[in-house]
Amino acid sequence: MSEHVVSPKIYVVILLALLLGTFLTVAAALQDFGRWNIVIALAIATGKATLVILYFMHARYMRGRTQLVIIAAFFWLAIMLSLTLTDYTTRAPQPRGPSTQLISQAHFIPS
Amino acid sequence: MHRTGELFGQYQTLEQQKDSATLGMWIFIATEILFFGGLFLTYTVNRRYYFTAFGVGGNMLDLALGTANTAVLIASSFTMAMSVWCAQTTRKKFLPLFLILTMALGCVFLGIKYVEYKQKFDHHLIPGHSFDITYAVNHPAPGTSPKQLASEREEIENGFAADPYLNAHAQLYFSLYFGMTGLHALHMIVGVGLLLWLLRESLKGRFTASYNTPVEIVGLYWHFVDIVWIYLFALLYLINRHLGS
Repeated sequence: MSEHVVSPKIYVVILLALLLGTFLTVAAALQDFGRWNIVIALAIATGKATLVILYFMHARYMRGRTQLVIIAAFFWLAIMLSLTLTDYTTRAPQPRGPSTQLISQAHFIPS
Repeated sequence: MHRTGELFGQYQTLEQQKDSATLGMWIFIATEILFFGGLFLTYTVNRRYYFTAFGVGGNMLDLALGTANTAVLIASSFTMAMSVWCAQTTRKKFLPLFLILTMALGCVFLGIKYVEYKQKFDHHLIPGHSFDITYAVNHPAPGTSPKQLASEREEIENGFAADPYLNAHAQLYFSLYFGMTGLHALHMIVGVGLLLWLLRESLKGRFTASYNTPVEIVGLYWHFVDIVWIYLFALLYLINRHLGS
């Protein structure tokens, strides 16, 4: 069979890259980058996910047809996220009052 | 079911047969991406509206345990990838070993998750009648440094100042936290079950260079669950961390 066998060396490199990414994302989360914190966290997560898909899941070595399904999956996800958010981000702010039963007994004991 | 890897009538080659199985698994994963995607979308919309409560809620998670779990799951993905390699190269002795390692790491993940859930339970952070965002600072664990406690208290005070309904909106955060991590944990449990089956079959010596489709397919599933966690970790644990420290 002509299936592609990925060597363990590559797997070890990917493992180390993923652990490094985890370390970096935690280190970045403890710094104050303002609104960039969420961008950095998601960028590193996407980088890690890409490595897993390309190498651990062998997407790099798959047939074009299978790769098309993978791309389509994320494309559909992008449609769902972006079109829904274009709606929510252009509405007036949400009323902030909750139902009364949710305002439970939370209060501070004075220190 | 191709139980030993013989060629079925509708395929021309074994390679085509395996490609079809892989393609089918990826189509299933596409539906799973959209399934979890709906939850991520719900989270994003609510986070946008109730950013104060979600920030306070996120800071109540245990970053050390979350980071440890991320490392454990990444390591389990690596051992799963090694399992696939063992099957592809007919290493019949090492395959069960790597499958057991993968399963063990999966169970460590679930164990750490249990510790986290228990901690949230003790801190009255289960959404519902007894939910109390202030419970943890009002009843600090013995040995908590006064400085740490003061900063946690200040954060919640600031939270109430910015959002008087903090206690209600934080329940939204914890509902999503338990819903998303719970669904993910359920996938992990299914994965461990699949690995048990693979282990039994691998001990019979069924998986070889010419037939390893089940190992590959379960591998795809396991890696997908890992990817979901990578995003859960980033979104639930990491955003707004600096506020508390």
